[in-house]
Parts: sequence; C-alpha cells; structure tokens
Amino acid sequence: MTTDPEDAQDASRRLAVRRLTLTDFRCYPFLRLEADPRPVVLTGANGAGKTNLLEALSFLTPGRGMRRATLSEVARREAQDGAPWAVAAVLDGPGGPVEIGTGREPGSERRTVRIGGSPAKARELDGIASALWLTPAMDRLFTEGAGGRRRFLDRLVFGQDHGHAAAAAAYEHAMRERTRLLKAGGGDAAWLTALEDAMARHGATMAAARNAAVARLDAACAEAVGPFPAARLALAGEVEGWTAEGGAAAAEDRLRAALFRARARDEAAGAATIGPHRTDLAVRHAGRDLPAGQCSTGEQKAVLVSIVLAQARVRTALSGLAPLLLLDEVAAHLDATRRAALYDVLSGLNAQSWMTGTDERTFESFGERAQYFRVESATVVKNDFLPTDEHR
Amino acid sequence: MVGPELERLIQVLSRLPGLGPRSARRAALHLIERKDVLMRPLAEALASAADSVRRCPVCGNFDSVEPCAICSDPRRDDGLLCVVADVGSLWAMERTGAYAGRYHVLGGLLSALDGVGPEDLGIARLVTRAAAAREVILATPATVEGQTTAHYIADRLAGTGVAVSGLAHGVPVGGELDYLDDGTISAALRARRSL
Ligand SMILES: Nc1ncnc2c1ncn2[C@@H]1O[C@H](COP(=O)(O)OP(=O)(O)O)[C@@H](O)[C@H]1O
Ligand SMILES: [Mg+2]
Ligand SMILES: [Zn+2]
Repeated sequence: MTTDPEDAQDASRRLAVRRLTLTDFRCYPFLRLEADPRPVVLTGANGAGKTNLLEALSFLTPGRGMRRATLSEVARREAQDGAPWAVAAVLDGPGGPVEIGTGREPGSERRTVRIGGSPAKARELDGIASALWLTPAMDRLFTEGAGGRRRFLDRLVFGQDHGHAAAAAAYEHAMRERTRLLKAGGGDAAWLTALEDAMARHGATMAAARNAAVARLDAACAEAVGPFPAARLALAGEVEGWTAEGGAAAAEDRLRAALFRARARDEAAGAATIGPHRTDLAVRHAGRDLPAGQCSTGEQKAVLVSIVLAQARVRTALSGLAPLLLLDEVAAHLDATRRAALYDVLSGLNAQSWMTGTDERTFESFGERAQYFRVESATVVKNDFLPTDEHR
Repeated sequence: MVGPELERLIQVLSRLPGLGPRSARRAALHLIERKDVLMRPLAEALASAADSVRRCPVCGNFDSVEPCAICSDPRRDDGLLCVVADVGSLWAMERTGAYAGRYHVLGGLLSALDGVGPEDLGIARLVTRAAAAREVILATPATVEGQTTAHYIADRLAGTGVAVSGLAHGVPVGGELDYLDDGTISAALRARRSL
C-alpha cells in the first residue's frame, strides 16, 4: 500500500479534473479552467479566490463542501437574490471522461447534480469522484473542541465505508426526535423506547464502522513516510469501546440500556449525554510520543498531512479509486524538506492534487511535475513558466 | 404574459409533486392545446373524483364506496392486517398481487419534530382492529420514522396475542415503499420477520 514515486501511475490513468467551469460561484461570475492530470498549483494574493476554487472542487463530492456552506452562501453575492450557481467539471480517470455538474437551480433550495448530462443523486458522485481536503481552519484541529475532530473522523470513515453517512444521519435524526420528546415531557414511554432502539441500532453500526476505519488508518499511519511523522490514531468513546470489547450486537444492547437509564438526566441536560455523538478522535505523534495537540504548529500540520496521505492510500486500496486532494495553504507551516517530500508523494499519487499558496517559491521543488496557475481578483491565468524561472 | 385564468392554472399545477413552475407552464400549454381530447376529460375526471372519492372509515384507503373495495372483498383474509404509512404504500403493495389480507393506513408516521404523535395516527383504533387478526404485518418504510413507528406499534400490540411481523430483506435503509420495484416488495413480504 505504499506510494512509491518510482512507480508513479501513467498520468493518463490518473483521476483528474480536466476542465472546470464556475458560474456565479463565490467571487467568480464565470471561470473556465483547463488542466492536465499533473498536480495543480494555484498562487495569488490573499482574497484572490484560491480557496473558493478548491471549495468549488469539493462540491464535486456529496455533502456541503469543504467550508460546510449553505447553498445560498456560495452563490455570488453580487448576483440577484436566490440566483442559481453552478460548478461543472470534466473528470478523466480509469473509466474515461465523465461530466459532472452541480449547483442550485432558480428558486430551489436543493443541490442538483448531473452526471453525464442526466439528473443524479448527490451520493452517486461517490462512485466517480471523491476528495480529501486540508484547510487552514484545520490547523487547530488537535487543540480545539472535539466537534471538529469528530467531523474530520466521520469524513474519513465515510470515505472508507459509504454506509456510514446513512447510519450517522439516522442516529442523529432519532437522537433529535428523542431530545424533542424528552423536552415535551417525554410522556409516551413506548415512543421513547422505539427511538432509543433506533439510536442503539444505528449508533452501534456507526461505532463499528469507525473502529474498522480507524484501525485501517492507524495501520497505514504507523509508519512514517519520508519526513512525515508516524501517527497513532485511537477512538475515545464508550460505544466504540463496547463494540471493540464485545461486538456490535452487545454494544447495541448496552447503548439501548444506557439510554433508557439516562432519560431523566438527558431531559435535564436537554441533550443525550451518552452515545457515539460524543466520541473523540485521539491522535498521537508517534516519534515524539506526545498527543498531537501538544506538538508544535508545524508538527501538527505534518501529522495532519500524514493522516490525509494515509487515508488516500487506504481509499485506493479499498476501492481502487484515489481521492482528489485539495490542500489549501498546505505549504504554510511545512519546512523545505517536508514540502519537497510532500511534492514527491503527490506526484506519485493516482489522483490529481490541488494546492494553493501566496508564494510561488514554496512550490519550486515541484518543477515540471506540476502545472501552475496565477489567481488574481477572480481570474485564473495559466503560468507557462515554471515558478523557478521567475526567481532565478 | 398570460391571462389570469391561465396564470391560476399554472400556479395550481406547479403545486403538484414533481412539477416546478417551468414544467407547470409546459403542462398547462399541453392541456390548452388539447382542449377536447385532454383538458375537458381531465376536468371532468377531477370533478367526479373530488365528489365521490373519500377516505375509507375502516382502513383509511381512498375509494368511492364505503367501506372501500378492499375492505368489502369477501375473498380477502381477515386474519392478516398490513399496516402502511400512506395510501401510496397500499397501492405499491397491491401492485405486487402478493398480498391478500386487509390494510390499515396510518396517514403518517411518528415524528416528534413534526409534532405527529400516536393520537394523530389513530393507533388506538389500530390496536382494536388488530385484536381480530392473526398476524399484523408492519410495512412502514425503512426510515428512522418508519422503523420507530413500527417499533412503537409492535410494543403496543405486545401481549395481545396477535403475531407481529415486519418486512425483512431487500428494503434498503431510507427506502420508501412507493419507490421500490414490485419484485422487491414481494420478496420483502415473503421474508417478513416477527417483531
Ligand atoms: N458568496 C460570495 N460572493 C462574492 N464574493 C465572495 C463570496 N464568498 C466569498 N467571497 C469573496 O471571495 C474572495 C476570495 O476569497 P478566497 O477564495 O477565500 O481567497 P484566497 O485567495 O485568499 O483563498 C474574498 O474577497 C471573499 O470576500
Ligand atoms: Mg484562502
Ligand atoms: Zn377500507
């Protein structure tokens, strides 16, 4: 499962965005960009529109994109109220070129998706494209609250096991119903029991999927790749612990019983005080034998990169389909050695990666293995010269 | 652009499921262009259905006779009672031809967030009807609300002596009965499990 730059895949088989068209998306009234399968480097000043472009790419997968925005937030502000926006792409990969289109249609609050010109469900995008992203906001992932880590965790799990999203959504739904019922006085005990049964079934499914995914990821992270640190991943959560101990069926029974016992407490708290919605992802920097949150900012970034690269390897091994990597400001906290190593790995991946930065020079060691674009007030121009030429 | 009558027609049409403003305009135009062969017959069919079709007081199905044709069919098995969320699901079951018992249409599903409780679904009336049956088949959708409702009804029927089963295989999580193909429903019906 290692990624050896030597056996870099034939570039023609790499999953890649070959053409991207944005209409009234964020700061872009219209943008058309053509790319080859090599990694893409976008540089430009703050506020030029680099992150918006990566965000547009993240909408080629199910969900709310890398900023978790609503459909109206990403519509261009200057366009009229409720106006449509669209992200269209031609992807090329092992299965040949596919057209994907997504956006909001006039007057609609739902995201429409088209695959090959026909209407499709967002989750059908999974079979075609997947993406993993790192954003500057995630630099604080290890030091801030568990909520961000749990979302990160669930995205990783979902990438390995698509059923996880349905189980998590069903669990959340049953939990919200139970909380509402408890707030309303919790009158009907049989109704509460029915909802706790749903929470227990879906919660145990979630925990089992998380355990399996984290075990794969931990194994893939256990070895350092070049200067990227080995990391150890573990889950801190009762239900995941019960599942590991006695299997999902036993965990389901224990969660059902625990929820029943917690009714009065949960009514007072106005929320469920036990369940997989409270689980945390614990990450350690193996070399330093420290929790990631206690490492330097640069080391934390390197650990995050390790995890994302490990996930890309796991996904490729599981499905044969490598994810697109969207790495926003990735060079910011990495030293020159780590940057060079990262570019080596990305050049050998079986899917295109997209990177942003303010300074071209931080991408020098990519050389001709990447393609370069300059982003300036919502326009994107291809740089035909390697960044090194400018700075020689 | 269009007169008030046509505007009103478009507006009403656009409230139909699956029709937005654009397809409503297309449908209205299609009707006007075929006034005699389509529009008048449709208007008559709508008026006569609106006058005669009502909810069956026994099972909740729609029909122009009371009780409905299913409830009054002597060849159907009184011992089997199939509980569905809505009439769309009843029709989906009927299309398979694999079921020859009676129905009970809930008219919705338990949802605390939407304020739909057991009283709104007439579950007490279902419990009374179930006393006369051998087996109650819970054919609510495989969504959280559908499964919660099924669990709730099974709980209310526990101890009454009637066997309770649920649709088993082939119904995917999140699956609405109405959207499943008929073969999937028949398989789920044959493989139902006791609850
Ligand atoms: N919905 C929107 N409509 C118009 N402009 C937007 C919208 N959302 C963000 N912007 C603007 O887009 C610009 C570029 O943002 P961004 O892509 O994050 O820049 P950067 O190149 O620094 O990553 C910012 O000035 C921001 O205010
Ligand atoms: Mg940015
Ligand atoms: Zn009837």
